[in-house]
Amino acid sequence: MVGELSKPHLSGPHLNEPRSGRPILRVLGVKKAFGAAQALRGADLEVLPGEIHALVGENGAGKSTLMAILGGNLRPDSGDIAFRGEDWTPAGPAEARNRGVSLVHQELALVPHLNVESNVTLGNEKARFGFARSQADRVRAALEELGYADLDPGARVGSLGMAERQIVEIARALFHDAKLILMDEPTSSLPARDVERLFAALGRLKARGIAIVYISHFLDEVARVADRISVLRDGATVAAGLPADTPTPDILQAMVGRPVAEIFPPRQGNLGGTVLEARGWVSRPGAAPADLSLRKGQILGLAGLVGSGRSALLRSLYGLRRPVAGSLAIGGEAELARGWTLERARASGIGFLSEDRKDEGLALGLSIRANSTLGELRRFANAAGLLRLDAEAAAVETMRTDLAMRSQGIEQPVGELSGGNQQKVALGRLLLGDATVWLLDEPTRGVDVGAKAEIYRLIAAEAAQGKAVIWAGSYLPELFGICDSLAVLHRGKLSPIRPISAWSEATVMAWAAQGVHA
Amino acid sequence: MKPGLRTLAPYLGLAAAYLLFSLLAPAAFHGAYNLKTILTQSVIVGIGALGMTFVIISGGIDLSVGSLIACATVLLARALNLGHEPLPGWLPWAALAAATGCGAIGGVLNGFITARFRLAAFIVTLGTMQIYRGGAKWLAAEQTVTAPATWLNGLMEVDAGPRWLWIAPGVWLLLALTAAVAVVLRYTVFGRHVYALGSNEAAARLCGVPVALRRIQIYALGGAFAGIAGAMQFANLTLGDPTAAEGMELDIVAAVVIGGGSLRGGEGRAAGSLIGALLMAVLRNGCNMAGIPNYLQNIVVGAIIIGAVGLDRLGARGSRA
Repeated sequence: MVGELSKPHLSGPHLNEPRSGRPILRVLGVKKAFGAAQALRGADLEVLPGEIHALVGENGAGKSTLMAILGGNLRPDSGDIAFRGEDWTPAGPAEARNRGVSLVHQELALVPHLNVESNVTLGNEKARFGFARSQADRVRAALEELGYADLDPGARVGSLGMAERQIVEIARALFHDAKLILMDEPTSSLPARDVERLFAALGRLKARGIAIVYISHFLDEVARVADRISVLRDGATVAAGLPADTPTPDILQAMVGRPVAEIFPPRQGNLGGTVLEARGWVSRPGAAPADLSLRKGQILGLAGLVGSGRSALLRSLYGLRRPVAGSLAIGGEAELARGWTLERARASGIGFLSEDRKDEGLALGLSIRANSTLGELRRFANAAGLLRLDAEAAAVETMRTDLAMRSQGIEQPVGELSGGNQQKVALGRLLLGDATVWLLDEPTRGVDVGAKAEIYRLIAAEAAQGKAVIWAGSYLPELFGICDSLAVLHRGKLSPIRPISAWSEATVMAWAAQGVHA
Repeated sequence: MKPGLRTLAPYLGLAAAYLLFSLLAPAAFHGAYNLKTILTQSVIVGIGALGMTFVIISGGIDLSVGSLIACATVLLARALNLGHEPLPGWLPWAALAAATGCGAIGGVLNGFITARFRLAAFIVTLGTMQIYRGGAKWLAAEQTVTAPATWLNGLMEVDAGPRWLWIAPGVWLLLALTAAVAVVLRYTVFGRHVYALGSNEAAARLCGVPVALRRIQIYALGGAFAGIAGAMQFANLTLGDPTAAEGMELDIVAAVVIGGGSLRGGEGRAAGSLIGALLMAVLRNGCNMAGIPNYLQNIVVGAIIIGAVGLDRLGARGSRA
């Protein structure tokens, strides 16, 4: 792999690792393709017993695919995997679990209607005369081991918070005597306090000699919790077994494949008049009233942890959810929050990009054509509602070329495209529309690095043409690279909007975590 | 799976079934008269399936169409009985409109309950299936309703019309409606919305598609087609029968699915549904002509439905990335 970091710290016995010894897991040259998309093109990974090994990389780098392979959910196309010295080819997640590898899912795989004990023992129930036998003691022991002795095995999982659910999943792994636990973004939906408790639990697992592969986007977290770090980029391992104290910029560079500064287009700061102004806007019950104003040509970043209310804010401005209170002025006309609907938002020139391409943003079974014009069909229809298919095709074709979309023409189903090209279809829909205010929720989620750079360029160009953009995101280097001002949300409380130069990663994180200026 | 195969499969199936019975059944099977009979026999399910095509593409299902067909036959007969001999010329037309409107109103109710209360269409229409059946029996006072003879009775007669008509008027109607549905699905904003709703309702909403209104319109269309199918059923029976078309909703759903409609929504074609209805008519007719016992017919039709859904699953697995 042609990374600038040509594997300077290959894992192996030369590392000054106290836990050095035979690796419990060894992955070599694993490849996996989904249709035309090559998700993994040479992944390597070596994990020692009792080690927390962080796996980092951008969205779409192949981390989750690799986890799914290790956890028995997917089978690799080629490559070698050895677990505890034996070939690792589990027939499915159940076998993987029984042989000592447990996956703690990003979207938790729990049965909300059953209680903690049933969830932990699911698939491994002990029965006497066909009746399930209580294994509450063993379940309680597993929970205690994780520092959650207070969690009642009889509690319904549906009534638990995210942190506790995660613990239930980890307890399930312990219950099945896991030797290797795979954790995919375990902290992404946890508040700070619970993150600490999770780390304490991970420490206990480590002390028991259990190895953990830990996927995270949060590099500061990785630096704290991990013993070593491997970096995936575009499906290949570009750095393996870096020590935990590797400087963050080096890791970033390995993730992105070039110095961070170069992928962002230069921004010119010609801002026009105010196009949108929200006063006392309460996007969801319990959120603090927010004041927000947006000017022509501005890209306003919206930072905040997952669950801080970024999406709720954007969605309420677009009318996808009923705002609770406040008023909104667009182009000088004031509107009350009550009665603000999606139809009015669209008529006022607001466009929206969903963070959830798969379930909300796109109709994956339909063609590029049908997806990109779905919001603007009237433009291509005559009075009788008949579509002018030629005009539509021409417009979509132009958009496809402009965005350098890689596809087999405009009739290809969107579901067959790569994440980056799917996102281009979703953005193309905005381009084909006439919205002047773009609300973008995580516009580069699940998009490879090349497409990211193209999206940055596109949005910057549109802003230069006079579009006003709100860009909600969780990846700070990106927000600092593309935005000219920034506001941070903490549990529904919005910071004042400040120029990007007035923020630093530390002050953003301070507000995101505590809701105060550091 | 290549999309082409799924589109072609119903045509191939129809051709194969026709060839098979040409070999198995007596020569009369592939005579012109029997061909016309098969076409006529596919009209009721076919028209119902065209309406169901909208519903299924949009990700819904309508189990109440069988009951709506029965309702329509009864209402039509009742309407014809309103006139005194000699019947005014507009009366059959008004009766036809009443039958269609009755189906449409039933459909509006289906769509309204489904969209407004966000209930599963399967359950809602399972309920209205009973309600409409009850309504039909009430309208008919639990008896068949005889009606004065009009030109409506000739709609489903294989050789009733002038020679140039060649086939039953009902078959022409089926073909015309198929073309109309195909145009609506492919060339109109409404048609595009139907696909979008079935493929991803959230995405449709995001793009400003009036989701609830469209659902109601779609079920109304499905119901209106059931009403027309009911008029054809009436023509077949020449009377209103509140117990008519029991279980036919399943034949109609099957025709759409065989023709490439996906119960997961987002897929389906008018021509496909027509072919699905024809395939079922060929199977039934062919089995009868070949003297294949009724129980075998059931088994064959069932196997074909499962085969079609199997193809559908295969397609879903292939396109999952």
